[in-house]
Amino acid sequence: MSTSTADLQHGQGHSDDPHHQHHFADMEQQFDTSKIGMWLFLATEVLLFGGLFVGFGLMQARYPQEFIEAHEHLQRPLGALNTVVLLISSFTMVMGVNAAQRGDKKKLVMFLTLTIICACIFLGVKYFEYSHKFEEHLLPPRWYHAQATDTVRDAQGNVSHGYGTFFAFYFMMTGLHGIHILVGIFLLAWIAVRANRGEFSHAYYTPVDLVGLYWHLVDLIWIYLFPLYYLIK
Amino acid sequence: MEWLRAMMLPAQGSAFAAEVDFVYMALFWLSVVLFIGIAFPAIYFAWRYRYKPGRVTPHQTHNTLLEIIWSVIPLLLCVGIFFWGLNGWMKYAVAPGEAMEIQVIAKKWLWQFEYPDGSRTVNEIHVPVNKPVRFVMTSEDVLHDFFVPDMRVKHDIVPGRYTEVWFTPTVLGVHHVTCAEYCGKGHSDMQAKLVVDNEVDYAKFVETGGSEWEDYKMNPAAWGKLQYERKGCSTCHTLDGTKIASGGPSWKGIWGKMEKLNNGTEVLVNADYVRESMMLPSAKVVAGFEPIMPTFQGLLREHEIQGLIAFIKSLGNDPNGGPPAPTVLSLPPKPDQKK
Amino acid sequence: MEQSLKFHSKVADLPRPVKNYLNNDPGIWSWMTTIDHKRIGVMYLVGVMSAFLIGGIFALLVRLSLLTTHHTIFGIQVTAEVYNRMFTLHGAIMVFLFIIPSVPAALGNFVLPLMLGAKDVAFPRLNLASFYLWVTGAVMAVASMIIGAVDTGWTFYTPYSTTTSGTVTLMTMAVFVLGFSSIFTGINFVATVHKLRAPGMGWFDMPLFVWGIYSTAIIQVLATPVLGITLVLLALERVFNIGIFDPKIGGDPVLFQHFFWFYSHPAVYIMILPGMAIISELIPTFSKKTMFGYRAVAYSSVSLALLSFIVWGHHMFVAGQSQLATVVFSALTFLVAIPSGVKMFNWLGTMYKGNISLETPMLYAISFLLLFAIGGLTGIFLGTLSVDVHLTDTYFVVAHFHYVMMGGTVIAFIGGVHYWWPKMTGRMYSEKWGAIGCALVFWGFNQTFLTQFFLGSKGMPRRYYNYLDQFQPLHAFSTYGSWILGAGLFLTAINLLASLRKPMDAPDNPWGGTTLEWTTSSPPITHNFEDQPVLERAPYDYRPEVVAHQ
Repeated sequence: MSTSTADLQHGQGHSDDPHHQHHFADMEQQFDTSKIGMWLFLATEVLLFGGLFVGFGLMQARYPQEFIEAHEHLQRPLGALNTVVLLISSFTMVMGVNAAQRGDKKKLVMFLTLTIICACIFLGVKYFEYSHKFEEHLLPPRWYHAQATDTVRDAQGNVSHGYGTFFAFYFMMTGLHGIHILVGIFLLAWIAVRANRGEFSHAYYTPVDLVGLYWHLVDLIWIYLFPLYYLIK
Repeated sequence: MEWLRAMMLPAQGSAFAAEVDFVYMALFWLSVVLFIGIAFPAIYFAWRYRYKPGRVTPHQTHNTLLEIIWSVIPLLLCVGIFFWGLNGWMKYAVAPGEAMEIQVIAKKWLWQFEYPDGSRTVNEIHVPVNKPVRFVMTSEDVLHDFFVPDMRVKHDIVPGRYTEVWFTPTVLGVHHVTCAEYCGKGHSDMQAKLVVDNEVDYAKFVETGGSEWEDYKMNPAAWGKLQYERKGCSTCHTLDGTKIASGGPSWKGIWGKMEKLNNGTEVLVNADYVRESMMLPSAKVVAGFEPIMPTFQGLLREHEIQGLIAFIKSLGNDPNGGPPAPTVLSLPPKPDQKK
Repeated sequence: MEQSLKFHSKVADLPRPVKNYLNNDPGIWSWMTTIDHKRIGVMYLVGVMSAFLIGGIFALLVRLSLLTTHHTIFGIQVTAEVYNRMFTLHGAIMVFLFIIPSVPAALGNFVLPLMLGAKDVAFPRLNLASFYLWVTGAVMAVASMIIGAVDTGWTFYTPYSTTTSGTVTLMTMAVFVLGFSSIFTGINFVATVHKLRAPGMGWFDMPLFVWGIYSTAIIQVLATPVLGITLVLLALERVFNIGIFDPKIGGDPVLFQHFFWFYSHPAVYIMILPGMAIISELIPTFSKKTMFGYRAVAYSSVSLALLSFIVWGHHMFVAGQSQLATVVFSALTFLVAIPSGVKMFNWLGTMYKGNISLETPMLYAISFLLLFAIGGLTGIFLGTLSVDVHLTDTYFVVAHFHYVMMGGTVIAFIGGVHYWWPKMTGRMYSEKWGAIGCALVFWGFNQTFLTQFFLGSKGMPRRYYNYLDQFQPLHAFSTYGSWILGAGLFLTAINLLASLRKPMDAPDNPWGGTTLEWTTSSPPITHNFEDQPVLERAPYDYRPEVVAHQ
């Protein structure tokens, strides 16, 4: 088995770019591979949330009436506001990646900052929503307080556990999503700092692209969460 | 080949058992044949084609026909076996309408059974031979599983819902029920006896809980000792003074004693106290123990309670302490006082 | 050392490089911060073998406790609580700390880039992160053992797991962390196989080990997150009583089982596919013959990975799932038997008219064929509904999964360790002791576990501290087998470790293998190859004209 002397010797291909990792033939291969890695990670995120979506679906089938009544307590205007905010943030993210591709450092930092601001608004709105739920005791079954409008009750007048179960899933899914937004804020901030230091150029902006992919997924998950919880009849 | 079946499988106690065993034995022989079909070439080739320097091996990359054959034939076998298993299983899965229903409540770590007439037993069931019986089961705490090896039936018992198992017992005698879903400390002690009676014995059992107690009429303490072993007392109470973690006080030497309770008061250990401890266990809890004992209200026949009282007395060292324990077993007065 | 060098490649070895990946960059810090896949593989090997030792000790203790109905180990009384913790820890350590990472992380990490002609995996820093996640999970698991341990069984079924005392939350979070280690390894391998193959290496020119590891990586990426969320739900249930598994507040305990097995069934294919992948290397190499049905074996790996996702309900035939689900899962389970069978026949077809030498790796490969056959065939019993009702939750299941996991994966793993040992360490172990070790392992394993099929079919349930007297003879016989098995494994370990005291004189290609890792030195230099290899022949091509042309 011979190994012919190819033009891709060890050590070569470092050429100009300090980011080039030596096991890749060239920057293009490195960038493509990084994207594959990121897409695979996003697939794992889909499956992570997927389990919760399936659980929600099963519980909804078990407690259909309770879920309909419970979801009336969600504040639709706030949810809609958050949806708009996240969509804007995805737009600013795309603009940021575009700026990075063109090597425009100022615009990149600006768009990343706008994205972070949107994310913070999202979390702020969430805080108000959560506070409301806590005040009204719209919580998992152990802490749930019966609402006057709850119709599914047993002979003693105790409400069905389905109401609390709805809110258990509400908190778990929006909570997990919120954690991902928070992590996203840290990632965006890190990228923004690096961008400000001039670390990215048209030749190398992989981290911006990857964080962008992550951010779009987080937005996409919300696009599924919002109608599922706030709008479904 | 009955000797081989008997070596590998339990006694055949139900109408299902013969069919399940037949499928099992068929799969066994199929596996033997297929195993030889793999092991023999593997070992034979290793010997027949052992290394010789310079030998050239043929460059066989594939043989489409052969590969199709050895994919399709196993597939057909698998489909056949699937349907065969499904066929047997469908009989097991749906109980016939005329089956007698027995309720099962499983809890850590004993079996409680309730008959259609409301009477209850713990860790022992009697069923009439050749009549289908259906068990409707639920758990009071964690998952358990009702497994009767001789009958070839098994099903998990889930808290919060009901699951079912049914069979027609065909062989008289005692069969074993054992919990088959891990449930903690007492999992391997969670056993019950399934007694298959002829019509006469079954009727007697329904009336009195069986006739065995009559053999012990003059020896209540011995009858009590049997209940100690059968009703689950031994899981939490020792007879030698040692303490079982998360259990109850040992019964050694307690008769006639002034026992300290967890509220600071004291109580004399006599027949009334022992009876109350079985019926209302959390009324008086000995100091240093948790109020975790389940109640045996409705689960013990009067002669069994009397036996246990006599047994505990026999473990004491103060035979004169307190009001006397029963010396002869008797049934309670007739009907209005029946539990 | 001229032992076993009859297959020394015809081309003389290049002069042995002075600096290789082991002695280049010495010092603990350079190892702890390495991004060299070979060093990471070696560290993983040490880690998983330590886990195997701990898990194995628990196994021996469990079998000792079962020797008689008196529950004493060396005169010390074992209580049910202690016993329940011992079997739980045996299972949890073996599954999560040892067997799932074993082949991919310890061997795959080392071999995969070499086989592809690459300098490293796609994401070397992520690789190191994977390793540290494994270490973190291991530390958390050990801590949970010491603090209070877990007595739920490795399957953590609710409601017992949500109500029992013990360090369930810590242990499940340890498994959560280990899950991420596994996910990152999977992401790394998929990307590596897609993008870092040597020039000239198309998909169907890859070694079958790569196909197996790739299929495994797909499962790791897709299935493990579901375990992650399941364990988070379990922890939330325990800590906050959130209510989805607790029937008293509207939850469903059986839901946990569905979530759990949705991951854990594919997980068993994470365990077996790499084992099979190793066998696909060993058999052609030691038969000096091309792999029979290369494409079939490659396709069967991928199809097993995909089919593994749709059979999880066969763990729940008596758990309370719907009757329709039970029937469908049984049917699909029979389907998944076919690709495994296909592989067996292809391996035998490769041996047919081969030129077979019985070095230790090949002895393990042949052991695999016999033991996995038994494991697979007994799976048929369990997939057959009427029979499964009697056999499930008994020792029959315990025997079945030990045959496929230990008789399958662990045997293949040990064979792989012997096979790549010269490449990894530059030394040859003693063939004599290797063969003796294999014989003891084979004998001990069968005595321990074949017995348990009969225990199970006679009605002995699993996870039992206590048992009826009638089962004692079989239990004793099984325990004696465990001592022989333990002795064989111990001997094998000593044999391998003892070789490390010898000088590094292993040839580049002691076995006459045809895949790219054998073209570089034993051990390799840090950058794997002096020059980027270009693939000029398919793997397992033993035609004389091709072999001569190397």
